[in-house]
Amino acid sequence: MLELNKENFEAEVLSSKGLVLVDFWSPKCVPCMELLPHVEELEGKFEQVKFCKLNILENRRLAIGQKVMGLPTIIIYRDGEKIVELSKDFTHEDLEAKLNEVTA
Amino acid sequence: MANSYDLIIIGAGPAGLAAGIYASRSKLNTLVIEKGVIGGQAATTEEMENYPGFYQGVTGPQLTEHMHEHAEHFGCKFVKDEVVDLDLAGYEKVIVTKNGRYTAKAVIIATGAEPRVLGVKGEKELKGKGVSYCATCDADFYEDLDVVVLGNGDAAIEEAIYLTRFAAKVSIIVIHDEGILDATKVIQERAFRNEKIEFIWNSTLEEIKGDGIVEAVAVKNIKTGEVTELETNGVFIFVGTVPKTEMLKGKVELDQRGYIPTSEIMETNVDGVYAVGDVRVKYLRQVVTAAADGAIAAVAAEKYLQEEENFKNEVLEKELATAVMFWSPFHQGSLDMVPMIEEFASRHSEKMDLVKIDTYRNQRIARRYDVQDIPAVLLFKGGEVVGRVAGDITPERLEKLATLA
Ligand SMILES: Cc1cc2nc3c(=O)[nH]c(=O)nc-3n(C[C@H](O)[C@H](O)[C@H](O)COP(=O)(O)OP(=O)(O)OC[C@H]3O[C@@H](n4cnc5c(N)ncnc54)[C@H](O)[C@@H]3O)c2cc1C
Repeated sequence: MLELNKENFEAEVLSSKGLVLVDFWSPKCVPCMELLPHVEELEGKFEQVKFCKLNILENRRLAIGQKVMGLPTIIIYRDGEKIVELSKDFTHEDLEAKLNEVTA
Repeated sequence: MANSYDLIIIGAGPAGLAAGIYASRSKLNTLVIEKGVIGGQAATTEEMENYPGFYQGVTGPQLTEHMHEHAEHFGCKFVKDEVVDLDLAGYEKVIVTKNGRYTAKAVIIATGAEPRVLGVKGEKELKGKGVSYCATCDADFYEDLDVVVLGNGDAAIEEAIYLTRFAAKVSIIVIHDEGILDATKVIQERAFRNEKIEFIWNSTLEEIKGDGIVEAVAVKNIKTGEVTELETNGVFIFVGTVPKTEMLKGKVELDQRGYIPTSEIMETNVDGVYAVGDVRVKYLRQVVTAAADGAIAAVAAEKYLQEEENFKNEVLEKELATAVMFWSPFHQGSLDMVPMIEEFASRHSEKMDLVKIDTYRNQRIARRYDVQDIPAVLLFKGGEVVGRVAGDITPERLEKLATLA
């Protein structure tokens, strides 16, 4: 998964063509750490999606700029536009279902 | 069968973890099923100052991770899955999860509670967008920002204090008159001393506003009815919890609020099914009492399994008929009857065995067979009751019973 920060966020996500998934996480967020390996696994299944992660401890303003104020949050962008947003009580099965939808 | 266990524990909060430690240590083949994070609600707080032995402070996640390791050390197994349905009526309990099916001879329900949703406008829409029920999870977003906390019990005030490590200002909305909080005295004093905390008395939250992210809250003064708008970046809601018992409706007795009533040894109204921790009707919902419940239930379940196993082997699955005498060493009338019944049974030993059940120690089997008074003698054959003598037990009535063996 590609590590995002304020230098590359614009280019890799907002100006990027196609599907981009961003996993907003923090090493202090226990549910995020449990989710991460599942997201990594899904990365192998959905090659048409660019998988990225953003550590909010280091990029707090960037996350808030995307209106993310809670963890875990996963946003899927298409051509720089948010098309799916999962926050708080969701499972990796929910994420997989959404990925199937957007790649169908 | 690979998926069958002596004991299945649903939920890995402190109550389920303590039950797992006790059960696996006494060599029960035990599985804990947890849908989310191990540690439950306790894993969502950094401020844990009242667990015995940890006065210097331990965080919720640290404490519950130790409990998890402790249970694994004794051989307790864990699976990450969500229980969606149960069939608890029979001796063998069936537990259906999202990804599988398990059976167990005893079940401990430790599903805990979840934060109560307030139900105000904007709350649902802005969850994860500034509305939060977990300070540890989301505090990092609020460095140098302003937040509002709703609630004034221990959890609310402790979490508000925790938030002052990050936020510029924490405003606590309190429904009571000035100076009155539900939280424990020590916690109150700490909050009153904290310079970053401001109280808004006599008030409730009326609405949470914002376009895709929290921008302001409408606060209503319950005395004057006046509504004022307060700009803020986050709203943390701690107004109690509700039990997670939706899937148990019609399967286990619940009270009006959805909590599970239990006996002193954590039994529910269903044989072999126990409830522990925040999910049951109790006075104090804390980690230490959750752990205590877990220990009690594990020991009670172990005893239950042993008694049921014995009853099955010595009575229900016997070739020979069995006379079961219900008695108690504390009941003089039944005590006096023991020699006569023993003599009776030995006289008919070619066609029946005798088993004595102490109803002081085991009321469950007596209840199941509707034995209300002791002494009583029930004759079992092929797993069924074929005759009974209770109340006035005479040699003649016993002889009549013997003809049924
Ligand atoms: C913010 C906050 C601060 C607190 N601070 C303190 C404190 O300082 N000291 C203290 O002693 N107590 C504190 N408490 C209270 C304490 O956390 C609880 O009393 C305790 O966690 C209850 O434990 P439990 O095991 O009964 O339930 P829970 O901790 O609620 O755990 C239940 C578990 O069951 C799981 N579960 C539920 N349904 C299912 C299902 N269908 N399938 C599979 N798994 C399921 C849940 O995911 C959860 O992990 C605090 C609570 C909160 C919310």
